[in-house]
Amino acid sequence: MILGYLGSVQLRQFGAEVYVANLVALGMVREMGALMTAVIMAGRTGAAFAAQLGTMQANEEIDAITTLGISPMEYLVVPRMLALIVVMPLLCMLANALGLIGGALVASGMDVSFMQFVNQARSAVSPGDIATGLVKSVIFGLLIGTAGCQAGLQSGRSSAAVGQATTRAVVNAIVYLVIADAALNILYDKLGI
Amino acid sequence: MTNSASDPAAATASSDVHIDVRDVTLQHGDRVIQRDLNFAIKRGDIFVIMGGSGCGKSTLLKHMIGLYEPAAGEILIDGQNFFGAEPDVQLQMRRHWGITYQLGGLFSDMTLAENVALPLQQYTALERDEIRDLAAYKLALVGLAGFEDFHPAAISGGMQKRAALARAIALDPELLFFDEPSAGLDPLSSQRLDELILEIRESMGATVVIVTHELASIFAIANNAVFLDAETKTQLDYGPPRELLHNSEHEIVRRFLARGEIA
Repeated sequence: MILGYLGSVQLRQFGAEVYVANLVALGMVREMGALMTAVIMAGRTGAAFAAQLGTMQANEEIDAITTLGISPMEYLVVPRMLALIVVMPLLCMLANALGLIGGALVASGMDVSFMQFVNQARSAVSPGDIATGLVKSVIFGLLIGTAGCQAGLQSGRSSAAVGQATTRAVVNAIVYLVIADAALNILYDKLGI
Repeated sequence: MTNSASDPAAATASSDVHIDVRDVTLQHGDRVIQRDLNFAIKRGDIFVIMGGSGCGKSTLLKHMIGLYEPAAGEILIDGQNFFGAEPDVQLQMRRHWGITYQLGGLFSDMTLAENVALPLQQYTALERDEIRDLAAYKLALVGLAGFEDFHPAAISGGMQKRAALARAIALDPELLFFDEPSAGLDPLSSQRLDELILEIRESMGATVVIVTHELASIFAIANNAVFLDAETKTQLDYGPPRELLHNSEHEIVRRFLARGEIA
Protein backbone atom coordinates (compact mmCIF):
# COMPACT_ATOMS: atom_id res chain seq x y z
CA MET A 1 0.00 0.00 0.00
CA ILE A 2 2.88 2.37 0.82
CA LEU A 3 4.58 1.57 -2.47
CA GLY A 4 1.29 2.06 -4.26
CA TYR A 5 0.62 5.39 -2.59
CA LEU A 6 4.10 6.83 -3.07
CA GLY A 7 4.30 5.47 -6.61
CA SER A 8 0.91 6.91 -7.56
CA VAL A 9 1.80 10.35 -6.26
CA GLN A 10 5.03 10.45 -8.26
CA LEU A 11 3.76 8.79 -11.42
CA ARG A 12 0.70 11.04 -11.56
CA GLN A 13 3.03 13.96 -12.29
CA PHE A 14 3.91 12.24 -15.59
CA GLY A 15 0.38 10.99 -16.30
CA ALA A 16 1.61 7.46 -15.82
CA GLU A 17 -0.46 6.35 -12.83
CA VAL A 18 -1.18 2.98 -14.41
CA TYR A 19 2.49 2.04 -14.02
CA VAL A 20 2.00 1.99 -10.28
CA ALA A 21 0.96 -1.63 -10.87
CA ASN A 22 4.41 -2.40 -12.31
CA LEU A 23 6.08 -0.74 -9.35
CA VAL A 24 3.99 -2.50 -6.75
CA ALA A 25 3.98 -5.91 -8.45
CA LEU A 26 7.70 -6.04 -9.17
CA GLY A 27 8.58 -4.47 -5.84
CA MET A 28 6.50 -6.98 -3.94
CA VAL A 29 7.36 -10.23 -5.73
CA ARG A 30 11.08 -9.53 -6.17
CA GLU A 31 11.87 -7.70 -2.97
CA MET A 32 9.37 -6.55 -0.39
CA GLY A 33 7.32 -9.73 -0.02
CA ALA A 34 10.33 -11.81 0.94
CA LEU A 35 12.08 -9.10 2.93
CA MET A 36 9.09 -7.92 4.97
CA THR A 37 8.09 -11.51 5.72
CA ALA A 38 11.65 -12.22 6.81
CA VAL A 39 11.82 -9.19 9.10
CA ILE A 40 8.55 -10.20 10.76
CA MET A 41 9.70 -13.82 11.07
CA ALA A 42 13.04 -12.71 12.52
CA GLY A 43 11.19 -10.83 15.24
CA ARG A 44 8.67 -13.56 15.83
CA THR A 45 10.19 -16.95 15.06
CA GLY A 46 13.91 -16.19 15.26
CA ALA A 47 13.37 -14.70 18.71
CA ALA A 48 11.16 -17.62 19.70
CA PHE A 49 13.84 -20.14 18.65
CA ALA A 50 16.47 -18.31 20.68
CA ALA A 51 14.19 -18.08 23.72
CA GLN A 52 13.15 -21.74 23.51
CA LEU A 53 16.67 -23.08 23.09
CA GLY A 54 18.10 -20.63 25.61
CA THR A 55 15.53 -21.70 28.19
CA MET A 56 16.31 -25.34 27.42
CA GLN A 57 19.97 -24.53 28.00
CA ALA A 58 19.19 -22.84 31.32
CA ASN A 59 16.99 -25.78 32.41
CA GLU A 60 19.68 -28.33 31.50
CA GLU A 61 17.37 -29.84 28.88
CA ILE A 62 20.08 -29.60 26.23
CA ASP A 63 22.51 -31.35 28.57
CA ALA A 64 19.88 -34.06 29.00
CA ILE A 65 19.45 -34.43 25.24
CA THR A 66 23.21 -34.63 24.74
CA THR A 67 23.71 -37.26 27.43
CA LEU A 68 20.87 -39.32 25.99
CA GLY A 69 23.10 -39.61 22.95
CA ILE A 70 20.83 -37.41 20.84
CA SER A 71 22.43 -34.69 18.75
CA PRO A 72 20.93 -31.27 19.64
CA MET A 73 21.60 -30.27 16.04
CA GLU A 74 19.50 -33.11 14.65
CA TYR A 75 16.82 -33.02 17.32
CA LEU A 76 16.40 -29.29 17.90
CA VAL A 77 17.97 -27.32 15.07
CA VAL A 78 17.25 -29.28 11.89
CA PRO A 79 13.45 -29.52 12.40
CA ARG A 80 13.26 -25.79 13.08
CA MET A 81 15.32 -24.97 9.99
CA LEU A 82 13.20 -27.28 7.84
CA ALA A 83 10.02 -25.69 9.18
CA LEU A 84 11.25 -22.24 8.21
CA ILE A 85 12.40 -23.39 4.77
CA VAL A 86 8.94 -24.83 4.08
CA VAL A 87 6.92 -21.99 5.58
CA MET A 88 8.85 -18.96 4.37
CA PRO A 89 7.96 -19.29 0.63
CA LEU A 90 4.32 -19.85 1.57
CA LEU A 91 4.29 -16.78 3.76
CA CYS A 92 6.13 -14.86 1.06
CA MET A 93 3.41 -15.75 -1.46
CA LEU A 94 0.76 -14.67 1.03
CA ALA A 95 2.62 -11.39 1.60
CA ASN A 96 2.88 -10.88 -2.18
CA ALA A 97 -0.84 -11.42 -2.61
CA LEU A 98 -1.75 -9.10 0.26
CA GLY A 99 0.70 -6.46 -0.98
CA LEU A 100 -0.78 -6.57 -4.48
CA ILE A 101 -4.31 -6.29 -3.14
CA GLY A 102 -3.26 -3.36 -0.99
CA GLY A 103 -1.55 -1.70 -3.97
CA ALA A 104 -4.65 -2.23 -6.11
CA LEU A 105 -6.83 -0.63 -3.44
CA VAL A 106 -4.60 2.43 -3.24
CA ALA A 107 -4.33 2.65 -7.02
CA SER A 108 -8.11 2.43 -7.39
CA GLY A 109 -8.33 5.63 -5.38
CA MET A 110 -6.01 7.28 -7.93
CA ASP A 111 -7.98 6.63 -11.08
CA VAL A 112 -6.48 3.20 -11.84
CA SER A 113 -9.25 0.60 -11.81
CA PHE A 114 -8.80 -2.76 -10.14
CA MET A 115 -8.83 -4.63 -13.46
CA GLN A 116 -6.38 -2.15 -15.02
CA PHE A 117 -4.07 -2.76 -12.08
CA VAL A 118 -4.37 -6.54 -12.41
CA ASN A 119 -3.75 -6.53 -16.16
CA GLN A 120 -0.79 -4.19 -15.85
CA ALA A 121 0.68 -6.22 -13.00
CA ARG A 122 0.29 -9.47 -14.97
CA SER A 123 2.14 -8.00 -17.93
CA ALA A 124 4.91 -6.66 -15.68
CA VAL A 125 5.66 -9.75 -13.63
CA SER A 126 7.15 -12.92 -15.07
CA PRO A 127 7.37 -16.32 -13.35
CA GLY A 128 11.10 -15.64 -13.03
CA ASP A 129 10.39 -12.54 -10.96
CA ILE A 130 8.21 -14.59 -8.61
CA ALA A 131 10.90 -17.26 -8.37
CA THR A 132 13.58 -14.74 -7.40
CA GLY A 133 11.47 -13.65 -4.45
CA LEU A 134 10.72 -17.21 -3.39
CA VAL A 135 14.39 -18.20 -3.58
CA LYS A 136 15.18 -15.19 -1.40
CA SER A 137 12.55 -16.26 1.12
CA VAL A 138 14.09 -19.73 1.44
CA ILE A 139 17.55 -18.24 2.02
CA PHE A 140 16.12 -15.74 4.48
CA GLY A 141 14.45 -18.61 6.33
CA LEU A 142 17.78 -20.37 6.66
CA LEU A 143 19.42 -17.21 7.96
CA ILE A 144 16.67 -16.52 10.51
CA GLY A 145 16.83 -20.12 11.73
CA THR A 146 20.62 -19.99 11.95
CA ALA A 147 20.61 -16.73 13.92
CA GLY A 148 17.86 -17.93 16.30
CA CYS A 149 19.23 -21.41 16.94
CA GLN A 150 22.83 -20.22 17.24
CA ALA A 151 21.89 -17.58 19.79
CA GLY A 152 19.78 -20.06 21.75
CA LEU A 153 22.39 -22.83 21.85
CA GLN A 154 25.12 -20.38 22.82
CA SER A 155 22.98 -18.79 25.52
CA GLY A 156 24.17 -18.68 29.10
CA ARG A 157 22.28 -20.45 31.86
CA SER A 158 20.34 -17.56 33.38
CA SER A 159 17.15 -15.70 32.55
CA ALA A 160 19.17 -12.59 31.74
CA ALA A 161 21.27 -14.61 29.32
CA VAL A 162 18.14 -15.91 27.62
CA GLY A 163 16.96 -12.32 27.13
CA GLN A 164 20.32 -11.36 25.66
CA ALA A 165 20.22 -14.39 23.36
CA THR A 166 16.79 -13.39 22.11
CA THR A 167 17.94 -9.84 21.35
CA ARG A 168 21.07 -11.15 19.66
CA ALA A 169 18.99 -13.51 17.51
CA VAL A 170 16.82 -10.69 16.16
CA VAL A 171 19.66 -8.23 15.59
CA ASN A 172 21.87 -10.84 13.92
CA ALA A 173 19.01 -12.09 11.76
CA ILE A 174 18.20 -8.60 10.47
CA VAL A 175 21.87 -7.88 9.73
CA TYR A 176 22.14 -11.23 7.90
CA LEU A 177 18.96 -10.40 5.94
CA VAL A 178 20.18 -7.01 4.78
CA ILE A 179 23.55 -8.39 3.69
CA ALA A 180 22.02 -11.43 2.00
CA ASP A 181 19.39 -9.32 0.23
CA ALA A 182 22.02 -6.98 -1.16
CA ALA A 183 24.19 -9.91 -2.23
CA LEU A 184 21.28 -11.68 -3.92
CA ASN A 185 20.24 -8.55 -5.79
CA ILE A 186 23.78 -8.13 -7.09
CA LEU A 187 23.85 -11.81 -8.04
CA TYR A 188 20.50 -11.59 -9.85
CA ASP A 189 21.75 -8.54 -11.70
CA LYS A 190 24.95 -10.30 -12.76
CA LEU A 191 22.95 -13.32 -13.89
CA GLY A 192 20.47 -11.11 -15.72
CA ILE A 193 17.52 -12.53 -13.80
CA MET B 1 42.85 -42.58 54.47
CA THR B 2 43.50 -40.27 51.59
CA ASN B 3 46.72 -41.87 50.43
CA SER B 4 45.71 -45.49 50.20
CA ALA B 5 42.22 -44.89 48.97
CA SER B 6 43.19 -42.41 46.30
CA ASP B 7 46.08 -44.34 44.84
CA PRO B 8 45.02 -44.69 41.20
CA ALA B 9 47.27 -47.66 40.57
CA ALA B 10 45.74 -49.57 43.43
CA ALA B 11 42.30 -48.54 42.30
CA THR B 12 42.62 -49.78 38.74
CA ALA B 13 44.21 -52.97 39.89
CA SER B 14 40.87 -53.87 41.37
CA SER B 15 38.44 -55.29 38.81
CA ASP B 16 35.41 -53.92 40.62
CA VAL B 17 36.34 -50.30 39.96
CA HIS B 18 33.55 -48.73 37.92
CA ILE B 19 34.80 -45.16 37.60
CA ASP B 20 38.44 -44.20 37.90
CA VAL B 21 39.31 -40.51 38.15
CA ARG B 22 43.02 -40.03 37.43
CA ASP B 23 44.93 -36.79 37.92
CA VAL B 24 41.99 -34.81 36.63
CA THR B 25 42.02 -31.03 36.30
CA LEU B 26 38.80 -29.14 35.64
CA GLN B 27 38.92 -25.72 34.01
CA HIS B 28 36.53 -23.11 32.63
CA GLY B 29 38.65 -21.24 30.13
CA ASP B 30 41.82 -20.31 31.99
CA ARG B 31 40.21 -20.62 35.43
CA VAL B 32 41.15 -23.79 37.28
CA ILE B 33 38.19 -25.15 39.23
CA GLN B 34 39.74 -28.34 40.62
CA ARG B 35 43.05 -30.08 40.04
CA ASP B 36 44.81 -33.34 40.88
CA LEU B 37 41.60 -35.24 41.47
CA ASN B 38 42.29 -38.92 42.10
CA PHE B 39 39.71 -41.37 43.32
CA ALA B 40 37.95 -44.55 42.30
CA ILE B 41 34.30 -45.55 42.57
CA LYS B 42 33.56 -49.22 43.10
CA ARG B 43 30.83 -51.07 41.25
CA GLY B 44 27.59 -50.96 43.25
CA ASP B 45 28.76 -48.11 45.45
CA ILE B 46 26.69 -45.09 46.35
CA PHE B 47 29.35 -42.45 46.02
CA VAL B 48 28.90 -38.84 47.03
CA ILE B 49 30.80 -35.86 45.65
CA MET B 50 30.57 -33.29 48.44
CA GLY B 51 31.99 -29.92 49.30
CA GLY B 52 30.98 -26.31 49.81
CA SER B 53 29.04 -24.24 47.32
CA GLY B 54 31.03 -23.33 44.23
CA CYS B 55 33.77 -25.91 44.73
CA GLY B 56 33.05 -27.62 41.40
CA LYS B 57 30.96 -30.65 42.39
CA SER B 58 28.47 -30.32 39.53
CA THR B 59 31.27 -29.42 37.14
CA LEU B 60 33.05 -32.66 38.06
CA LEU B 61 29.84 -34.59 37.45
CA LYS B 62 29.45 -32.95 34.05
CA HIS B 63 32.97 -34.06 33.19
CA MET B 64 32.12 -37.60 34.30
CA ILE B 65 29.08 -37.77 32.02
CA GLY B 66 30.99 -36.53 29.01
CA LEU B 67 29.60 -33.01 28.70
CA TYR B 68 33.01 -31.42 29.26
CA GLU B 69 36.47 -32.82 28.66
CA PRO B 70 38.99 -32.58 31.52
CA ALA B 71 41.79 -30.06 30.95
CA ALA B 72 44.21 -32.73 32.18
CA GLY B 73 44.01 -36.32 33.33
CA GLU B 74 41.32 -38.82 32.43
CA ILE B 75 38.11 -40.30 33.74
CA LEU B 76 37.79 -43.99 32.99
CA ILE B 77 34.41 -45.66 33.09
CA ASP B 78 34.72 -49.45 32.93
CA GLY B 79 38.31 -48.78 31.89
CA GLN B 80 37.25 -46.66 28.93
CA ASN B 81 37.99 -42.96 28.50
CA PHE B 82 34.81 -41.42 27.06
CA PHE B 83 36.69 -38.73 25.16
CA GLY B 84 39.09 -41.21 23.63
CA ALA B 85 36.28 -43.44 22.37
CA GLU B 86 34.70 -43.59 18.92
CA PRO B 87 31.21 -42.02 18.61
CA ASP B 88 29.46 -45.40 18.48
CA VAL B 89 31.32 -46.50 21.62
CA GLN B 90 30.37 -43.23 23.31
CA LEU B 91 26.74 -43.93 22.41
CA GLN B 92 26.98 -47.41 23.90
CA MET B 93 28.55 -46.01 27.06
CA ARG B 94 25.73 -43.49 27.40
CA ARG B 95 23.20 -46.26 26.85
CA HIS B 96 24.21 -47.60 30.28
CA TRP B 97 23.98 -44.30 32.14
CA GLY B 98 21.02 -42.66 33.82
CA ILE B 99 21.32 -38.99 34.77
CA THR B 100 19.20 -36.57 36.72
CA TYR B 101 20.04 -32.90 36.72
CA GLN B 102 19.96 -30.24 39.41
CA LEU B 103 17.11 -28.47 37.61
CA GLY B 104 15.46 -31.70 36.56
CA GLY B 105 16.32 -31.43 32.87
CA LEU B 106 12.84 -32.64 31.96
CA PHE B 107 11.67 -31.58 28.51
CA SER B 108 9.04 -28.98 29.25
CA ASP B 109 7.09 -29.45 26.03
CA MET B 110 6.64 -33.18 26.63
CA THR B 111 4.44 -35.04 29.07
CA LEU B 112 6.07 -37.10 31.80
CA ALA B 113 5.38 -40.28 29.84
CA GLU B 114 6.98 -38.80 26.72
CA ASN B 115 10.00 -37.74 28.76
CA VAL B 116 10.48 -41.27 30.06
CA ALA B 117 9.78 -42.75 26.63
CA LEU B 118 12.50 -40.72 24.88
CA PRO B 119 15.51 -42.87 25.91
CA LEU B 120 13.47 -46.00 25.11
CA GLN B 121 12.78 -44.66 21.63
CA GLN B 122 16.41 -43.72 21.20
CA TYR B 123 17.98 -47.01 22.29
CA THR B 124 15.41 -49.81 21.86
CA ALA B 125 13.37 -51.27 19.04
CA LEU B 126 10.29 -51.65 21.22
CA GLU B 127 6.84 -51.04 19.76
CA ARG B 128 5.03 -47.83 20.58
CA ASP B 129 2.56 -49.56 22.93
CA GLU B 130 5.37 -51.35 24.74
CA ILE B 131 7.24 -48.08 25.22
CA ARG B 132 4.12 -46.40 26.55
CA ASP B 133 3.53 -49.27 29.01
CA LEU B 134 7.16 -49.29 30.11
CA ALA B 135 7.14 -45.52 30.63
CA ALA B 136 4.01 -45.82 32.77
CA TYR B 137 5.67 -48.63 34.76
CA LYS B 138 8.79 -46.55 35.40
CA LEU B 139 6.67 -43.61 36.51
CA ALA B 140 4.74 -45.93 38.84
CA LEU B 141 8.05 -47.14 40.31
CA VAL B 142 8.79 -43.61 41.49
CA GLY B 143 5.25 -43.05 42.76
CA LEU B 144 3.91 -41.12 39.77
CA ALA B 145 1.25 -43.52 38.52
CA GLY B 146 -1.58 -41.51 36.99
CA PHE B 147 0.66 -38.55 36.11
CA GLU B 148 1.69 -39.85 32.69
CA ASP B 149 -0.05 -37.07 30.76
CA PHE B 150 1.06 -34.21 32.99
CA HIS B 151 3.64 -31.72 31.79
CA PRO B 152 6.61 -30.95 34.11
CA ALA B 153 5.34 -27.43 34.83
CA ALA B 154 2.09 -28.88 36.20
CA ILE B 155 3.71 -30.89 39.01
CA SER B 156 5.69 -30.00 42.12
CA GLY B 157 9.48 -29.81 42.36
CA GLY B 158 9.67 -33.08 44.26
CA MET B 159 7.55 -34.81 41.65
CA GLN B 160 9.75 -33.37 38.91
CA LYS B 161 12.79 -34.90 40.63
CA ARG B 162 11.03 -38.26 40.74
CA ALA B 163 9.97 -37.96 37.11
CA ALA B 164 13.59 -37.22 36.19
CA LEU B 165 14.56 -40.34 38.14
CA ALA B 166 11.99 -42.37 36.19
CA ARG B 167 13.58 -41.17 32.95
CA ALA B 168 17.06 -41.92 34.31
CA ILE B 169 16.12 -45.54 35.08
CA ALA B 170 14.16 -46.07 31.85
CA LEU B 171 16.91 -48.23 30.36
CA ASP B 172 17.87 -50.01 33.63
CA PRO B 173 21.27 -48.27 33.72
CA GLU B 174 24.42 -49.65 35.29
CA LEU B 175 25.47 -46.20 36.38
CA LEU B 176 23.26 -43.51 37.86
CA PHE B 177 24.32 -39.89 38.27
CA PHE B 178 22.39 -37.44 40.42
CA ASP B 179 23.16 -33.73 40.53
CA GLU B 180 21.81 -32.24 43.79
CA PRO B 181 18.78 -34.54 43.94
CA SER B 182 17.51 -33.03 47.21
CA ALA B 183 17.98 -29.38 46.25
CA GLY B 184 14.82 -27.41 46.93
CA LEU B 185 12.97 -30.33 48.51
CA ASP B 186 11.45 -30.42 51.98
CA PRO B 187 13.03 -32.92 54.42
CA LEU B 188 10.34 -35.56 53.93
CA SER B 189 10.47 -35.40 50.13
CA SER B 190 14.24 -35.51 50.36
CA GLN B 191 14.08 -38.57 52.59
CA ARG B 192 11.62 -40.25 50.20
CA LEU B 193 13.99 -39.57 47.31
CA ASP B 194 16.90 -41.07 49.27
CA GLU B 195 14.81 -44.19 49.92
CA LEU B 196 13.96 -44.38 46.22
CA ILE B 197 17.63 -44.16 45.29
CA LEU B 198 18.42 -46.97 47.74
CA GLU B 199 15.55 -49.11 46.40
CA ILE B 200 16.67 -48.60 42.82
CA ARG B 201 20.27 -49.37 43.69
CA GLU B 202 19.12 -52.57 45.42
CA SER B 203 16.85 -53.67 42.57
CA MET B 204 19.19 -52.79 39.69
CA GLY B 205 22.57 -53.15 41.32
CA ALA B 206 23.61 -49.89 39.74
CA THR B 207 26.55 -47.75 40.79
CA VAL B 208 25.27 -44.40 42.00
CA VAL B 209 27.17 -41.11 41.94
CA ILE B 210 25.52 -38.22 43.76
CA VAL B 211 26.51 -34.58 43.98
CA THR B 212 25.15 -33.16 47.20
CA HIS B 213 25.96 -31.26 50.35
CA GLU B 214 22.87 -32.51 52.20
CA LEU B 215 24.38 -34.16 55.26
CA ALA B 216 21.29 -36.22 56.03
CA SER B 217 21.43 -37.77 52.57
CA ILE B 218 25.19 -38.29 52.73
CA PHE B 219 25.01 -40.24 56.00
CA ALA B 220 21.82 -42.08 55.01
CA ILE B 221 22.89 -43.53 51.70
CA ALA B 222 26.57 -43.03 50.84
CA ASN B 223 29.18 -45.79 51.05
CA ASN B 224 31.99 -43.51 50.01
CA ALA B 225 32.53 -39.84 49.39
CA VAL B 226 35.09 -37.38 48.13
CA PHE B 227 35.40 -33.89 49.56
CA LEU B 228 36.27 -31.09 47.13
CA ASP B 229 37.66 -27.88 48.57
CA ALA B 230 37.01 -24.53 46.89
CA GLU B 231 39.97 -22.81 48.55
CA THR B 232 42.76 -25.24 47.69
CA LYS B 233 40.95 -26.28 44.47
CA THR B 234 41.52 -29.95 45.01
CA GLN B 235 40.14 -32.97 46.84
CA LEU B 236 40.98 -32.97 50.53
CA ASP B 237 39.78 -36.40 51.52
CA TYR B 238 38.10 -39.53 50.25
CA GLY B 239 36.47 -42.45 52.05
CA PRO B 240 33.31 -43.55 53.92
CA PRO B 241 31.52 -40.44 55.28
CA ARG B 242 31.41 -41.62 58.92
CA GLU B 243 35.11 -42.37 58.86
CA LEU B 244 35.79 -38.96 57.40
CA LEU B 245 33.65 -37.37 60.10
CA HIS B 246 35.73 -38.90 62.88
CA ASN B 247 39.14 -39.50 61.36
CA SER B 248 39.77 -37.07 58.53
CA GLU B 249 43.07 -35.30 58.95
CA HIS B 250 41.49 -32.16 57.50
CA GLU B 251 39.60 -30.07 59.99
CA ILE B 252 37.39 -28.53 57.30
CA VAL B 253 36.16 -31.99 56.26
CA ARG B 254 35.29 -32.92 59.84
CA ARG B 255 33.60 -29.55 60.40
CA PHE B 256 31.66 -29.88 57.14
CA LEU B 257 30.37 -33.32 58.09
CA ALA B 258 29.60 -32.22 61.65
CA ARG B 259 27.86 -29.09 60.36
CA GLY B 260 30.53 -26.93 61.98
CA GLU B 261 29.81 -28.23 65.46
CA ILE B 262 33.29 -29.56 66.21
CA ALA B 263 36.61 -27.82 66.15
